[in-house]
Amino acid sequence: MTPQLSWYLALSAVLFTIGVVGVMIKRNVISMFMCIELMLNAVNLTFVAFSSFFRDVTGQLFVFIVMTVAAAEAAVGLGIIIAIFRSRESLDVDDSSTLKL
Amino acid sequence: MPALRMQNRLLSLIIFAPLAGAAINWLIGRRVRNERFIALVACGSVGISTILGFYLAFKSNGALRSTQPVMDHLWTWIQVGNFRADFGLAMDRLSGIYVLFITFVGFLIHVFATGYMRGDTGYYRFFAYLNLFMFAMLTLILGDNFLLMFVGWEGVGLCSYLLIGYYLDKEEAAPAAKKAFVANRVGDWGFVMGILLLFWMTSGAGAPSISFFDKPGLTSALATIAHMAPESFALHMLWYGGITSIAILLFIGATGKSAQIPLYVWLPDAMAGPTPVSALIHAATMVTAGVYMLARCSAIFTHAPMAMFIVAIIGAATALFAATIGLAQNDIKKVLAYSTISQLGYMFLACGVGAFTAAIFHVMTHAFFKAQLFLGSGSVIHGMHHEQDMRRMGNLRKYMPITWLTMCCGWLAICGVPIWAGFFSKDEILWKVWVAGPFSIPAGAAKALWFIGIVTALLTAIYMTRLMVMTFWGSERFNSGHDAHGESHADDHHTVTPHESPWSMTIPLIVLAVLSTVGGLVGVPYAISSLAGGHPENYFEEVLAPAISTVPATEAAAGESTKLHWESPPPQEVDGKPAVAPVGEAPAATSSHETPSPQELNEERLLALVSVLVALSGIGIGWVMFQRKPLRAMPRLLENKYYVDEIYDATIIQPIEAGSREGLWKIIDVGAIDGILVHGPGEIVKRLARTLRYMQIGFVRGYAAIILAGALIIIGYFAYNGAHVLRFLVR
Repeated sequence: MTPQLSWYLALSAVLFTIGVVGVMIKRNVISMFMCIELMLNAVNLTFVAFSSFFRDVTGQLFVFIVMTVAAAEAAVGLGIIIAIFRSRESLDVDDSSTLKL
Repeated sequence: MPALRMQNRLLSLIIFAPLAGAAINWLIGRRVRNERFIALVACGSVGISTILGFYLAFKSNGALRSTQPVMDHLWTWIQVGNFRADFGLAMDRLSGIYVLFITFVGFLIHVFATGYMRGDTGYYRFFAYLNLFMFAMLTLILGDNFLLMFVGWEGVGLCSYLLIGYYLDKEEAAPAAKKAFVANRVGDWGFVMGILLLFWMTSGAGAPSISFFDKPGLTSALATIAHMAPESFALHMLWYGGITSIAILLFIGATGKSAQIPLYVWLPDAMAGPTPVSALIHAATMVTAGVYMLARCSAIFTHAPMAMFIVAIIGAATALFAATIGLAQNDIKKVLAYSTISQLGYMFLACGVGAFTAAIFHVMTHAFFKAQLFLGSGSVIHGMHHEQDMRRMGNLRKYMPITWLTMCCGWLAICGVPIWAGFFSKDEILWKVWVAGPFSIPAGAAKALWFIGIVTALLTAIYMTRLMVMTFWGSERFNSGHDAHGESHADDHHTVTPHESPWSMTIPLIVLAVLSTVGGLVGVPYAISSLAGGHPENYFEEVLAPAISTVPATEAAAGESTKLHWESPPPQEVDGKPAVAPVGEAPAATSSHETPSPQELNEERLLALVSVLVALSGIGIGWVMFQRKPLRAMPRLLENKYYVDEIYDATIIQPIEAGSREGLWKIIDVGAIDGILVHGPGEIVKRLARTLRYMQIGFVRGYAAIILAGALIIIGYFAYNGAHVLRFLVR
């Protein structure tokens, strides 16, 4: 029984949903951040699956771009998180509900 | 079309010389402030126009000696689709005559003004405006299409406005200027609509044009109209949208410019301007532009009998109405102003019965004698140290003999005493009214109109005699302390000694007096000249005939008889008497040259005799009434001008003002524009923002939820509607 396209899509959907739900319910910034990464990787999985299915390399190219952006985003995001933590002594997003301190 | 066109570059110099004069006086004269320099520039520039005008009119092949107009095409001004308006000038016999008397009388008035305005602080400004007026007036006359004519038309309106309001320190001047401008705007509306309708009609006929003449690549709009059949004599033709509608719209324009009922009210007030302005603009030239326009559009009017009938009625009504008001005015210039309106009424009456040549003839003689009278009154006002009330004059002939003698010429001319110019032109009009054909005047109406005309002639003689008697005869009233009319300026004129005016003022008076005396001899009608066995033709009429289309003699011959000289130029005689339209081409035009039957001749002579008697009895009545009692009280209704200003104020101005204030300002402007259009969007944004700001809760997960909801909505939309929406969007 060879893996079907729909398997990958289903897995991707599950991963994406986990990511969405995680962003919605988690209060820890680091956890939310990881959930966002999860969503990105779910999309990456879809790209790769379609790329393989359509015998087209474009999807894989997109994955590279997404991964590059994700890396950059991770660097910036973690920087912001550290800055927030330094100023607020907390990683709970609900604590930083105002821009002013 | 044999294109024997006389191009002459000098023609444009006629209009541009005064423009240059205006520019020099405005730019340099205001710095130099030398009255000699300014006067020289002003008179010199108009003098150039005068000389050129006479040269181009009377040289061999000139405008008055050939049937082809002298033309000067400067440039194509507007070309949009098949609409074309040129900046081109044309001097044919009609505009030639106008140019002659406008430049000549204008020159004399400029000379007069150099003396009259001496010492005025705005000397340069006055002459710059006056020269600008000459430019605009000559553009009006010489423009070879309706649009250029309209430019001149507006230009003279502007200059009239500027000059009426010239005395900045005079309280009534600014409102008078405004009134003139607004009344003219009402008329201009009609003019513009008439031009538009004309263009629309000629487009329908396949030759879109607003030109007066055939030019390369352009057919004459008037010739196009002349080819059409005359419209029927019915009231509904007025708003039918045909030739009659064009004619009546153009006539509305003329009522504004030429001060006819119902738009005449501005002209008496316009007397607030300096007297040379009243003479030049509000008597001799600008106000006759309406008559010029009607004569120029004679091809249109002779196809619109209903419009002609209305022109005749309005003309006759204005003549009578203004004459009765003129009887009771005490300001010397106001009398002359109403007299001008009355005489303009005569001209329109003549146009209405199809006697365009008689109208133009009267325009010309009127320009002479009315300019003379106005300048004479200016001389009196000057001599009386700016006193205009005739009740404070009297016996001035002792002090101002030249003014007195010259004004007597103008007086006799306007009354219609034989030999003097006014007699011939007025008599010609009355005769033409008497014999007006059934084309535009229903049977019986001609006699009624004639009767109005003759009554007006009587009134004219009476009020002019009153003016002369109050001013030049009787007791000296300027030094007496008594005051019949109030104490307003009783103190400041106690020691007035009238003096004769300087030469720069009396010479124009003398020249114009001579013209008022002999100027009518160019148009002596056959019925009178044949008595003396002299020159048997009416020279003036002969000259003008080719430029004017005439009323069809009978309904049946209508289609045939209104051919104009544009289509097939008649053989022209060079250096001789004016060429006559060949028989068969224009039967109606030649009909006036046939020897009339003896009965007709006798009838015309009899009518001339009647009008002479009427004029003399008018003078007699005026003399008897006012010689002893110059301050005789006049009917209050007349003195207050029938309360027309008050009626207009109550029925038109007040409602407009109230409507503007209560409706346009308080409801439309404050309510709709400010309230809805300006404040509305701001208010909506404000309210929306007040609601939407609750979305900005500050919690990160709240924003995430909104993003998610948005993403779900978009995805849901595409999922629900299918991929073809996407395809549609991408493409």
